[in-house]
Amino acid sequence: MKTTYREAMRAAIRDAIQRDERVFLMGEDVGAYGGCFAVSLGLFEEFGPERIRDTPLSEAGFVGAGIGAALGGMRPIVEIMTVNFSLLALDQLVNNAATLLHMSGGQFNVPLVIRMTTGAGRQLGAQHSHSLEGWLAHIPGLRILTPATLEDARGMLWTALQDPDPVLIFEHGTLYNVAGDLADDAGPVDISTAAVRRPGADISLITYGGTLPAVLDAATQLAGEGIDAEVLDLRVLRPLDDAAVLGSVAKTHRAVVVDEGWRSGSISAELSARITENAFFDLDAPVGRVCSAEVPLPYAKHLELAALPTTERIVAAAREAVGARG
Amino acid sequence: MTGTSARGTGNADSDHARHLLRQMLRVRRLEEQCVELYSAAKIRGFLHVYIGEEAVAAGVMSTLAPDDAVVATYREHGHALLRGVPAGAILAEMYGHVEGCCRGRGGSMHLFDAGTRFYGGNAIVAGGLPLAVGLALADKMSGRSRVTVCFFGEGAVAEGAFHESLNLAALWQLPVLFCCENNLYAMGTALARSESQTDIALKAAGYEIASWSADGMDVIAVEEAARRAVDAVRAGGGPHFLELRTYRFRAHSMFDPERYRDKAEVSRWMERDPIDTLRTALEAAGQLSAKDWKSIQQDVDTEVDAAVEFAEAGTPEPLEDLTRFVYSERSPE
Ligand SMILES: Cc1ncc(C[n+]2csc(CCOP(=O)(O)OP(=O)(O)O)c2C)c(N)n1
Repeated sequence: MKTTYREAMRAAIRDAIQRDERVFLMGEDVGAYGGCFAVSLGLFEEFGPERIRDTPLSEAGFVGAGIGAALGGMRPIVEIMTVNFSLLALDQLVNNAATLLHMSGGQFNVPLVIRMTTGAGRQLGAQHSHSLEGWLAHIPGLRILTPATLEDARGMLWTALQDPDPVLIFEHGTLYNVAGDLADDAGPVDISTAAVRRPGADISLITYGGTLPAVLDAATQLAGEGIDAEVLDLRVLRPLDDAAVLGSVAKTHRAVVVDEGWRSGSISAELSARITENAFFDLDAPVGRVCSAEVPLPYAKHLELAALPTTERIVAAAREAVGARG
Repeated sequence: MTGTSARGTGNADSDHARHLLRQMLRVRRLEEQCVELYSAAKIRGFLHVYIGEEAVAAGVMSTLAPDDAVVATYREHGHALLRGVPAGAILAEMYGHVEGCCRGRGGSMHLFDAGTRFYGGNAIVAGGLPLAVGLALADKMSGRSRVTVCFFGEGAVAEGAFHESLNLAALWQLPVLFCCENNLYAMGTALARSESQTDIALKAAGYEIASWSADGMDVIAVEEAARRAVDAVRAGGGPHFLELRTYRFRAHSMFDPERYRDKAEVSRWMERDPIDTLRTALEAAGQLSAKDWKSIQQDVDTEVDAAVEFAEAGTPEPLEDLTRFVYSERSPE
């Protein structure tokens, strides 16, 4: 069936609400407005204001309430409009959601799912464009998912709701309109492994979420130059699927990590370190990285584009890594 | 301490009233132009217009001194313009040009201007309130008798930052004027669906802050309430709070399908258009001739046309400068 990333996400929410009476969606403008990115459009009419619950602008309040509701036996899906606004709820995310199980000696788990958009590319300026999922992947106790395909948009939510611990799902804003074919019976997918989106022998291009399309384009372009790139979609930023990363590098002997976050202290820094720690002797070249420029994302189109990992920059980094063979 | 100011529009000094009319029209025309330019894809990103709410910015801004400070939200084109930021610099910013008031880095939601002490342009709901408290704290600690005015929507009232800011301002008796632009909707969420207490001035009064509400569709009423409040703040009377009851005639942003309110409600409010209301009152009082009105319109059109020309002729920031302004260019030795 033809669908979009946005519709696949909506189908997943509808499915979860129908399957489990403890599930409800809450967040700013998810109901009467139809969702700020139209993900929940129509669900308010279908399920009513109890289960598609509009909240005031109070991120700390409703994220904390989501944690409480999860403790109380519900299965909330909390939507935060963008990762930028999740910073207002960071205290609840880090000091409560991620921490309660451990502090309580294993007594209180928090089965909560939080969805939010991330990423740049739409000229929204710094306060609406940042990619902070790598930051949240720093926090033990959280599971971080980054669906990049229709299958994952459709399938990750239900599995996440089965997780006894808090799961954060990051939806890149530029993916919502991506259209394609999805199997009619598409359903839950695993939320622990990475996936090879294109097998290859010469270099591993490791990425996730919003940069997957650019990386796939880069791989196609590289194939035209005789470079056979493998594209690994991490899917899960915490806990990282080390085996998949190291397995790919063991095969190709070269890696470039593509990450829309800033380079310093990023998820790409973590990957580069893990590859160096565990696969140093497999490497024929230093691990390359294509990240966003170290600047709050600017509004002007040409500046924003220059700040982001583009196909061109990915191709260049891959060429450099392959050229390093000497 | 809540109450409503209700001075009739006809009583105002007529030159001044015509000035306020012109100010509101400047905002209206500039934003109508923005909507056109947005549709023509000349400007991008999120665009939130203030159409319908002009009386608030016009009334409050006219009570400020040049060295007072203003903090605003992402719906701030009007605040910037009436604070004195040139229309050309505002439009050039939305074009992403270096001639823009933020060199194209901010865009519609992030206008700033040091020269007029215009501190944004903040797109995090309620993010500006603590900044306003700090600006006022700096004035108080330095013994300056300046006022900081902070504009925000009624949606911000639900955020923790609102409550924390009001408490600090009252506790420390800071020279800040909070101006809540209550247009009844936060995106699609009606006030009654987000607040247990919908009388916002009353809520502010709970922090021991002198609070008034005024008709935000009547620029004279807004100005009178603001003048009283600004004078009191400047005289050392501590923080004040104004709830200005207004309405946005357009959608929340260019992406909003507006499914949450009906057309009849919008048209009812449009009958109270602040520009038409003042114009009609002045005409009825014999204080605005057809010629006056025509000349105001012509002046405003000329200003906006020139601004578009200025923005069109602008240039993009060179790519080499992408990472400028992440840190100051003046560093300690
Ligand atoms: C902290 C935060 N949460 C959510 C948003 C998304 N958002 C942008 S504007 C808006 C509505 C705000 O309404 P209000 O404060 O009443 O101001 P108005 O737009 O009516 O002027 C929302 C929810 C945001 N920008 N910041």
